[in-house]
Amino acid sequence: MRGYAGKFLEVDLSTEKVSEAKFRDSVLRQYIGGRGLATKILWDNLGGRWETIDPLGPENLLLVLTGPLTGFFPGGRICVSGKSPQSNGVIGSTIAGEFGIELKCAGWDGIIIMGKAEKPSYLFIFDSHVEIKDASHIWGKNGKQTLKTLTRKGRAELERRNPNYGVWKEPAAIYIGPAGENKVRVAAVLGKWTHAAGYGGYGAVMGSKNLKAVAVKGTGPLPEVYNIDKVSELIDYVSRKCYEDDGFRRHGTGGGGYYFGYKTSSEPVRNWQEEWHDQKSFGVDRFEQRVWTKKYWGDFGCPTTCLKIAMPRVGPFKGAITDNPDYELEAYLGANLGLFTPEENVYLASLIDDLGICGIQGGNVLGFAAELYQRGILTKKDLGGIELKWGDANAFAALAKKIAEREGIGDLLAEGTYRAAIKLTETKRKDVTQYAIQEKGVAIGAHGIRSGEDFAKETGYACSVQAGDHTSLANLPIRKHGELTTIFYDSGVYCFFNTFSLPRDLKWKFYEAVTGWKMTPDEWFDVKGLGILQLQRAMLLLGGPDHRWNPKVHDTNPPRFFEPLPSGPYTGKTVDKKEFEKSKKEYYRAVGWDKDGVPKSSVLKRLGLEEVDKVLKRKL
Amino acid sequence: MPPKEPIWIVRDYLRCSGCRKCEIACSLFHEKRIWPEASRIRVFMLVPGAEVPHFCAQCEDYPCVASCSFSALSVDKETGAVLVDKEKCTACGNCIEACPGRVPHIHPRDNYAVICDLCGGEPQCAKVCQEGGWNALKVVDRGDGLYRIFSRKPEDITRELVINLYGEHGEEFL
Repeated sequence: MRGYAGKFLEVDLSTEKVSEAKFRDSVLRQYIGGRGLATKILWDNLGGRWETIDPLGPENLLLVLTGPLTGFFPGGRICVSGKSPQSNGVIGSTIAGEFGIELKCAGWDGIIIMGKAEKPSYLFIFDSHVEIKDASHIWGKNGKQTLKTLTRKGRAELERRNPNYGVWKEPAAIYIGPAGENKVRVAAVLGKWTHAAGYGGYGAVMGSKNLKAVAVKGTGPLPEVYNIDKVSELIDYVSRKCYEDDGFRRHGTGGGGYYFGYKTSSEPVRNWQEEWHDQKSFGVDRFEQRVWTKKYWGDFGCPTTCLKIAMPRVGPFKGAITDNPDYELEAYLGANLGLFTPEENVYLASLIDDLGICGIQGGNVLGFAAELYQRGILTKKDLGGIELKWGDANAFAALAKKIAEREGIGDLLAEGTYRAAIKLTETKRKDVTQYAIQEKGVAIGAHGIRSGEDFAKETGYACSVQAGDHTSLANLPIRKHGELTTIFYDSGVYCFFNTFSLPRDLKWKFYEAVTGWKMTPDEWFDVKGLGILQLQRAMLLLGGPDHRWNPKVHDTNPPRFFEPLPSGPYTGKTVDKKEFEKSKKEYYRAVGWDKDGVPKSSVLKRLGLEEVDKVLKRKL
Repeated sequence: MPPKEPIWIVRDYLRCSGCRKCEIACSLFHEKRIWPEASRIRVFMLVPGAEVPHFCAQCEDYPCVASCSFSALSVDKETGAVLVDKEKCTACGNCIEACPGRVPHIHPRDNYAVICDLCGGEPQCAKVCQEGGWNALKVVDRGDGLYRIFSRKPEDITRELVINLYGEHGEEFL
């Protein structure tokens, strides 16, 4: 088997047992790695009792997986997964950095974590040596403090184990902040200072296992590939294509903060009450000129380096550090909160990273709360004295801290927009779910669908097996814009930002050069990728234990997306309900689901998923 | 073929994006594998943003060569690079101790001191860095300048970069 290290690390935190797991070639060929393999592992281990598994209980698995293309395809990532405390399904949440490369160089394709540690712990991996270590000294620490300690202690440990090596580089690390420790459902798994696997809420899963971090150093090479000359040639080719896209390299996604607002009218503004703005102060040029301290910042093998480091040098937010911010955080911690200056935006993004909250999920629930305050539904008293006015960065910062600590109203908002909306609807005796801009428990990415001008289309979120995840959209036609291609990126596991200008068939060539295994588009779209999609859909529909999704009710868009846009060049435009229902039916047909949105028996049988069919028949 | 001129790689850490393509190119060239820990150039990230590509600066007095008791180290007269004879090297670590920047490290599998050999005159790290337009590494002629001053420990370089990048907050992250 080429491209794979050949073994997976299994860690049971309850018994402190560490072991090795292997998967047959046939399984790896079918499910690849990352998201695909996570889905398979979760189904095999928990599928039979999925609806009873508490995502924040010790029975849940936390999966940290690479794929065969990790480290080879420019822009390596890892895929974090498990049963999601947001959707109650499976989300493949990817995060960039050197972690996947170090892990493979240490001889592991991934980590399967089960159980719950008795006390705060972290995992230290040095090649074949694996240790569960005490994390009491970093428990409660913010992101930057945590990484600093992991770097220092990690290097000291490497030095102690092999003092003759020379100067040791730092191990790569993933970790959680206070929000993850407190099982906040909008908590992310973080890397470096600003990198996050946000969708899914796996920071809370890590916290529920008392696992603060994982640090890894591998001294071996990346695994053997089928054809190293071909792989080198393809790396050069992909890099050259990316180098041609200098605009994107220069500005990253940060150009979006103005573009998606002014041009395409698809940016969340004040909790999506509008999707248009003309705030030139939010242009990427202002960010670049005022706060960027590094213009190109990237991770292992990346030709694009779309990240930038930003830090205000003067003023009240001096010293806050984050990346660009990228578009999603410009939108969710800027426009969505009525904030339009680079300094305020950098400050909130830096704080959200430090607290270990996902910028998208966190910015969404902050905006939701602010709209309730605007409407007089949440009061200053409810908010523990905070006057949550649009545009007040300090007020939003204060509330974000309450969420991370689950203090006062923060305890409710820590459940995420959907769950908070359900509870507030009960306690306030007023339907506030209409203000929850979410999909099946997952806050929607910062790409609106009403103007029709952005890449998210009307079925994009409603039919996605990863719900509100804007990186996994269920658009039509499925071979061109659907989720199946994303599933390949997330299973291969690499960054699709480096694929924008590539021919579509290049990914199969790359996969073959690495693994030696051929893959045809039909094989992926009709069999393998589709099989992973059905498994994810099955577990999403099984849901539980606190919420389950009925496609007839929940395969839809947030109510606000059916209201007309109130401002901008697309004023009046919206998603037509009838048209949406038509597209939804078309999407169902295209992926082999019946009229009720359930994977058809005939399709599941053809894919060899008879077991899944039986479980769905019995339980839905 | 005309004789090669001695060269040097000028480094601009603030321009380093952390893409580590230099590690990939170096290990592919020397090992035919992607192997960050066997790369002759290693990118340290002791503080995010302050990435330091760490590699031999070819000190004018070559203290590493002088420190070797086994005659395993020599200077390539054409390029000015330090060459390591794998057979003679015992991985004793003397060269690491002698190096002002503690640049050499021990090959993780083959147990010899790993030192940049300037790829025989066409450094692959600088080539990929230039292709990407980062310009953190660039090949220049080696004059009679002072090079030893560039051979520094990653911790010391980082200590200065963080202040350049993050001002008065920089030291908090060390």
